[in-house]
Amino acid sequence: MTIDRDEVAGRTALLEAAAAERILLLDGAMGTMIQRLELQEADYRGERFAGYERDLKGDNDLLTLTRPDAIRGIHRAYLEAGADIVETNTFNATEVSQAEYGLGSLAAELNREGARLAREAAEAVATPERPRFVAGVLGPTSRTASLSPDVNDPGFRNTSFEALRADYGKAARALLEGGADILLVETVFDTLNARAALFAIQEVFEELGCRWPVMVSGTITDLSGRTLSGQTAEAFWISVAHVRPFSIGLNCALGPKELRSYVAELARVAETRVSAHPNAGLPNAFGGYDETPDSMARHLGAWARDGLVNILGGCCGTTPEHIAAIAAAVEGVRPRVLPEPVPALTLSGLEPFRLAS
Amino acid sequence: MSEAMQKQSEVKSQATFINIGERTNVTGSAKFKKLILEDRYDEALDVAREQVENGAQMIDVNMDEAMLDSEAAMRRFLNLIASEPDIARVPIVIDSSKWSVIEAGLQCVQGKPLVNSISLKEGEGPFLEQARKVRRYGAAVVVMAFDEQGQADTAERKLAICKRAYGLLTEQVGFPPQDIVFDANIFAVATGIAEHDDYARGFIEAIGRIKAELPHVRTSGGLSNVSFSFRGNEPVRQAMHSVFLYHAIPAGLDMAIVNAGQLPVYDDIPEDLRERVEDVILNRRADATDRLLEIAEQYKSGGTAKREIDLSWREAEVEKRLEHALVHGILDWIEEDTEAARQRADKPLEVIEGPLMAGMNVVGDLFGAGKMFLPQVVKSARVMKKAVAYLLPYIEAEKEKSGDTGGAKGKILMATVKGDVHDIGKNIVGVVLQCNNFEVIDLGVMVPCARILETARAEGVDMIGLSGLITPSLDEMRYVASELQREGFTLPLLIGGATTSKIHTAVKVAPNYEGPTVHVADASRAVGVAGRLVSKGLREDYVAEVAADYEKMRESFARKGEGRARAPFDAVRENGLAIDWAGYEPPVPAQGLDPVQLDELPLAQLIERIDWTPFFQTWELHGRYPKILDDPAVGPTARSLFADAQAMLDRLVQQGLVRPRARCAFWPAAAEGDDIRVFADEGRKETLAELHMLRQQMARDDDRANLSLADFVAPAGSGKADWIGGFCVTAGGEVERYAAERKAAGDDYEAILVQALSDRLAEAAAEWLHEQVRKRFWGYAADEALTNDELIAETYRGIRPAPGYPACPDHSEKATLFKLLGSEERLGVRLTESFAMTPASSVSGWYFAHPEARYFGVGRIGRDQVEDYAARKGWSLAEAERWLAPNIDYDPGALRRQAAE
Repeated sequence: MTIDRDEVAGRTALLEAAAAERILLLDGAMGTMIQRLELQEADYRGERFAGYERDLKGDNDLLTLTRPDAIRGIHRAYLEAGADIVETNTFNATEVSQAEYGLGSLAAELNREGARLAREAAEAVATPERPRFVAGVLGPTSRTASLSPDVNDPGFRNTSFEALRADYGKAARALLEGGADILLVETVFDTLNARAALFAIQEVFEELGCRWPVMVSGTITDLSGRTLSGQTAEAFWISVAHVRPFSIGLNCALGPKELRSYVAELARVAETRVSAHPNAGLPNAFGGYDETPDSMARHLGAWARDGLVNILGGCCGTTPEHIAAIAAAVEGVRPRVLPEPVPALTLSGLEPFRLAS
Repeated sequence: MSEAMQKQSEVKSQATFINIGERTNVTGSAKFKKLILEDRYDEALDVAREQVENGAQMIDVNMDEAMLDSEAAMRRFLNLIASEPDIARVPIVIDSSKWSVIEAGLQCVQGKPLVNSISLKEGEGPFLEQARKVRRYGAAVVVMAFDEQGQADTAERKLAICKRAYGLLTEQVGFPPQDIVFDANIFAVATGIAEHDDYARGFIEAIGRIKAELPHVRTSGGLSNVSFSFRGNEPVRQAMHSVFLYHAIPAGLDMAIVNAGQLPVYDDIPEDLRERVEDVILNRRADATDRLLEIAEQYKSGGTAKREIDLSWREAEVEKRLEHALVHGILDWIEEDTEAARQRADKPLEVIEGPLMAGMNVVGDLFGAGKMFLPQVVKSARVMKKAVAYLLPYIEAEKEKSGDTGGAKGKILMATVKGDVHDIGKNIVGVVLQCNNFEVIDLGVMVPCARILETARAEGVDMIGLSGLITPSLDEMRYVASELQREGFTLPLLIGGATTSKIHTAVKVAPNYEGPTVHVADASRAVGVAGRLVSKGLREDYVAEVAADYEKMRESFARKGEGRARAPFDAVRENGLAIDWAGYEPPVPAQGLDPVQLDELPLAQLIERIDWTPFFQTWELHGRYPKILDDPAVGPTARSLFADAQAMLDRLVQQGLVRPRARCAFWPAAAEGDDIRVFADEGRKETLAELHMLRQQMARDDDRANLSLADFVAPAGSGKADWIGGFCVTAGGEVERYAAERKAAGDDYEAILVQALSDRLAEAAAEWLHEQVRKRFWGYAADEALTNDELIAETYRGIRPAPGYPACPDHSEKATLFKLLGSEERLGVRLTESFAMTPASSVSGWYFAHPEARYFGVGRIGRDQVEDYAARKGWSLAEAERWLAPNIDYDPGALRRQAAE
């Protein structure tokens, strides 16, 4: 594959310019929108997998190949609602996650096509004044590199840094080949998985002789304020800061009410842009989400006015209506100003360590 | 610089100095190496945990040992650490001289680690490649001042190599300079080779220049090298380390791999030694090495120099003198000073409310800031009590000033619950609270619930503190909580003591009582908790915060409870330890069926055998003995406490105040399922008793057995005639009475000291008796020869588990043991209704002799085993659930509620 380095550099410059000027909007939930379509087994299979021996309903990433019209429509709806950045439909498009459907070998294709589809949708609405971008999503996978799945054997792991690195490397390369402008490592609940992804991304950049912006977004799993693997927000930032990401942020698991203090913690310490795409509240008793577009926009609008964020969007339960409402709420609000870097030796375990000069 | 200023700058810079612990380093710690080589990773984790608990800000992990698969060991240990939040809290230093081991480590940590180390030793190619990898993994890096020519030895070369590395790293690799730590090589001095004389001074000069010329970098070093030529002379080595740091830290040394427990305070180094060490370190005179050698020998055996007692504080104003006496725990002039203060005051009470309380506030602040330690605070309290006792007659005389209580912050009722006799911890908490101006009503031990409630009401207390050490006390605390609720109390309930925990308080105690219920982890927390609970401004928020925290713990506990797998009891019974009984000949006790009664134990031998580490823990001084004596933070306190303990031991022995005694016996025995049948005779006709054991019930997915103590005794059908032993030792009632006397005399410090020592003596007696049993009375290990450390590490054959402890957690089995032994008649040791032993400084248990017998924890058990156990014990299910409550894996109440619906 040939990379047009000038084009990449040009689009990156456009993205940076846009981020300097306004709060950028990510899109909202992909899964929620797919659910609305009430697709059936046959939709998931399409012609290509009509005779496949296993059930495929639920493999949302596969719809990129079997119902591209549906995915393109979701992208378009978000772009029309005001999203600057659309996320590819590739949350589970790693080999290890697709292996659950026996489709591990499709990983590269799903990522490449997923990026191509999103880019097509973005270009369709982009104007020179208002460019739109594609974030190639690298999800957390179903494995954790620093947690044991077996409570009786805490030293055991069902994956390894090497395995994750190889898997993420393939996915990242395909996303870039398909035209992604950004790589988004998101819903990080085990930072070691993310570090493997970031390691792989750097290898891919080296191999392709070109760099793309990288966004990293972690998940605070509950009100303890920690990731699933136990890190605080600041320790998480320190653990991924070495790739000098375009942005650091938090998404999923919590709604805006619960997430605010952790976003504020990142805003205080991170020397890069801060992003947030919370859920539409905590899941209610029926598995749905209660934050309406208005209530969500009120919360996120306040974050923006308080100077906490540079990039906003939605995760589970959010819809184009949510994004449109958030877009209206942050209209004209200045993005967070990046703090002056203070050179300090920072290290982290579950908690941060900082030795300032 | 004046001395005072110098000291201040030392304190300031040492506050940011990073000690990198070296105890999880196989090259730095023989103990850790042994644990790793023997595959004892659980204990190796304890080493790491202890380091973090003791304040290590990062932990250095090194597995460079020829006998090890270092990469696998690094991976395994780091994966295990990842599952221990109290260790994984801090960053890891991945330490190896082999790149492959470093890389294995880098793939196992989610945080940002520090790599130790890379260098230009093999040239720029490998250096740049490794640096890029380190950067790509997202780690900081230690760079040794080492190039193709070798390790840099002069300040010039050190600086030159570091500059070159800095240039390569920042310009070619894009390494952020703040992520670079230079190790400029600390080499041995005083080797007798003139070229080496300037090594230490050169290092110190080099780090100053490195810091000045290479912006944002940090410096580090391996400290122990500097004193290498004094191997075997620890006091001199430690003095060299201390002096070295004293000069290197202000020059710019940011961190060092150092055994923090072995650093004397600079000021505590004897003057002449310090001066000569300083001459060597700073290379101040040509004959420095010879002069240090001249005096080194006399310090070898730890000869501590006498320090002049500084009495200049006696010249200060009386308020300052009182403060000094309180802070330093000096009794000598307290009455004289109190009298002087009284004469200057209008009313005697003003002395208490004024200078004495002001002094105690200083004590409280220093303790709160971690600058004073528990033994010192207890000594301060002793001074305070003496001053108050002196003033009391004068205060009494001023009758008209009645009603003045001295303005206590609050009134706290404290009690060790019914059935429990342990109160050292409670006494300590009481003293600390009193020091902080709380009025404490101490109801003592074995206090029935009704008396707690009555007193609380009659005295109008502000809060209640419950303490307990044995597991049945947990249930009693629940009961007290539910009674408080029933009686309509709303005051705060504090829970403390060795078996209590935050999770237990949250899950089992707090739901029974609507008033604030708070677990207090140790004495140092007690003041903060009590202070917030009596503060109008803070109380509400604090109570809400604790309640929310506990609610969260209950939720996560409930979630975990579902996930944790217990195997069916039928299945684990089949998975007991399969001992090859056919190939084993049970040793017949030399003593036969005659019990051993020892009314006089060799006290000198017991004292030798004392395990001092738990003694210091009692005083909340954490660290291993003897290293704790040299700890830079708590060392001086620990030494002073240790000296007091020695003096007290002498007093106890010489005045005959402690009279430990012991009894043990052996009986023919055979396992029957999870019971052990004990016979009266070698013909095994008459059954004396049945001992009921519990079995581990965790689901296993490997070939480990689900252990029960019954596995270690030959079963009836094996054709082997096995035996079991039982024992009880006690420090005796005399010493308990003496502790009570000291307390009544107002000397809490000595009272607690006596209690803590008698606990240690009882443990030492149990250890000593076990050895006699192995060598003589049972006699299966007649030729055993172990050092005290090996004894403490329990490397011998056979075990002595105690009912109520992890391998046999049912305390009620002690009743059987006591009956078999005749402990009450023969030793005067009785059991309370909760099966606590009184006198409290007593130890009892079973003896198992099989070489495969080992300690283990039964852990949580399922309802099927509880039902089976109840049937064996002749208990109702509810009774079994009550006694086994700490081990039950289900919520009996929930099951019963379900059944009722």
